[in-house]
Amino acid sequence: MLTDERRPAPAEPRPPVVAAPRRRRPWPTVVAFVSPALVLFALLVLTPIVVAAYASFFNWNGFGKPTAFVGLENFRRLLVDQVFVGDLRRALLLVVLSLAIQLPVSLALAMLVNQPLRGRRFYRMLFFAPYVLSEVVTAVLFTMIFSPNQGLANHITRLVGLGDLGATWLADPDTVMYSLFVVISWKYFGFHTILFLAGRQAIPSELHDAAAIDGAGPWQAFRHITLPLLGPTIRLCVFLSVLGTIQLFDMVWVLTAGGPIRSSETLAVTMFQEGFKRFHVGYASAISMVIFLISLTFGLLYQRFVLRRDLEGAVTTIGDQR
Amino acid sequence: MSTTATERSRRDPSRLLRGGVLHTISIVVGLSVVVPIIFGVLGGFKDNGQLFTNPFGLPDPWLPGNYLDALGSTPFWQQASNSLVIALASTAIVVLIGAMAAYIFARYAFPGRELLFMLFAIGLMFPFAVAILPLFVLLRELNLLDNPLGVILPQAAFGLPITIVILRSFFRGIPAEVEESAVLDGCGPFRFFWRILLPMSRPALGTVSVLAVVGSWNNYLLPLIVFNDSRWWTLPLGVQQFQSQYSADTARILAYVTLAMLPSLVFYALAERQLISGLTSGIGKG
Repeated sequence: MLTDERRPAPAEPRPPVVAAPRRRRPWPTVVAFVSPALVLFALLVLTPIVVAAYASFFNWNGFGKPTAFVGLENFRRLLVDQVFVGDLRRALLLVVLSLAIQLPVSLALAMLVNQPLRGRRFYRMLFFAPYVLSEVVTAVLFTMIFSPNQGLANHITRLVGLGDLGATWLADPDTVMYSLFVVISWKYFGFHTILFLAGRQAIPSELHDAAAIDGAGPWQAFRHITLPLLGPTIRLCVFLSVLGTIQLFDMVWVLTAGGPIRSSETLAVTMFQEGFKRFHVGYASAISMVIFLISLTFGLLYQRFVLRRDLEGAVTTIGDQR
Repeated sequence: MSTTATERSRRDPSRLLRGGVLHTISIVVGLSVVVPIIFGVLGGFKDNGQLFTNPFGLPDPWLPGNYLDALGSTPFWQQASNSLVIALASTAIVVLIGAMAAYIFARYAFPGRELLFMLFAIGLMFPFAVAILPLFVLLRELNLLDNPLGVILPQAAFGLPITIVILRSFFRGIPAEVEESAVLDGCGPFRFFWRILLPMSRPALGTVSVLAVVGSWNNYLLPLIVFNDSRWWTLPLGVQQFQSQYSADTARILAYVTLAMLPSLVFYALAERQLISGLTSGIGKG
């Protein structure tokens, strides 16, 4: 819908709704209705982002006005900062894991609860439930589950004969990212399942009926009808996964605070550490800008080349990935 | 067609088998969701010794002490009511001023309208994390630290994009004749908005309100930097603080976490439809 309107006026019929109000002088009404939103948005969303962009060129501790201009020095330092480069690598790892495991599983489950199965509404509700829990509650719960002595995780691995496989879930730099991925998946797979299900239900049933009449098996129908028509939803899920990963903070902060030895830090955690713990506000702002530019570039490119008309679905869901 | 399908499924053993497999998968996945939650709920009724020897089973004996302690403590109720007040205030503000702006974007033609709308819509890609440092500095300058408005106003501001996008598309679906006849009857824009448009838009308002409530209730980063004084802490802050305070007492933490997640789960049970329609709006329209 959004993109449609930016195109230089194709023959698409404009909704006639604008005709009536235009007869009156619109400006006083427009100003009165839009200005509260605009003021709040400009002051608390746009200004901070502009300030972050500005501050990223300074050596600044966050008090007084930034005066020590250092140009691109903060960004140059980022490139050689092992933690920052590690953040990018870890973000990539989480995205790859999500695309390879979490999304396919969610898709399969969406197809499953789309079947005429007794109790499927109940299953659907169950799968989605973790999404409404806060990341903090989820993280604290899983801290307990991963706890080496009383935790559930080790009891389960022992139970299925894997012994002490993951005894140190969160305490070992080699396993911490995978444990984190388990928690992220636990919380968010149901969300993706719901999106896939909505996409699946938007496919007109005539298509599958016709395919069944033509003798297509379930796999063929899935491969040649469902999957292609789910394209927009799949891309939306990929998009949200990537954005969510780049901005990941709450869960990591509570589960590991970025440890052990900074091996699970994300961009947002590093930014928080630098900005709020060490008062390197200029440097932290540079990290914010990187998060911003990645999100924005990725978002716009995605919208431009991939999402097209499914933008509205994308924009309505991003808000909750924070 | 559906009757023949069910009849066939009753007779055909391979279909029966397929149903069994699908149920098995659903149950296994459902268990993996539920087990951690149940572990928390039951764990709160155990002591740490029981948790160690008997993590899965029912508590023996049931020890309600940890729950009673939490429920009898002032911090828990204070955090819950802070969370509630902040969520309601953020939601009221974002829905009211978001609806006002969405009304204009849906129904008024003026130069620059699309540009302005795009500005809000692109705001959806601005993560909280990007703005948090300057926001902190700004709130400090405005003397809004340790003040609930320091959380309420930024949350409302960051909630505007999603609210405006959803409401605009809903308002556009309301026939122009409704407004035309209201105008002919001498109804001004404010009256139309308040008396006709908003009451007609209850489903969409419900959807955006639910999204705003959940977003606020679960927000952590912003309250974390704004509230130093524990009087203002919200539940997520309280839970995390409780965890570090009693880090050795797993059972006590589990009880507190369980109490903290209960409101979310109840709210989900009540508002599932609005929540899901908000999250999936737009899918399948393209």
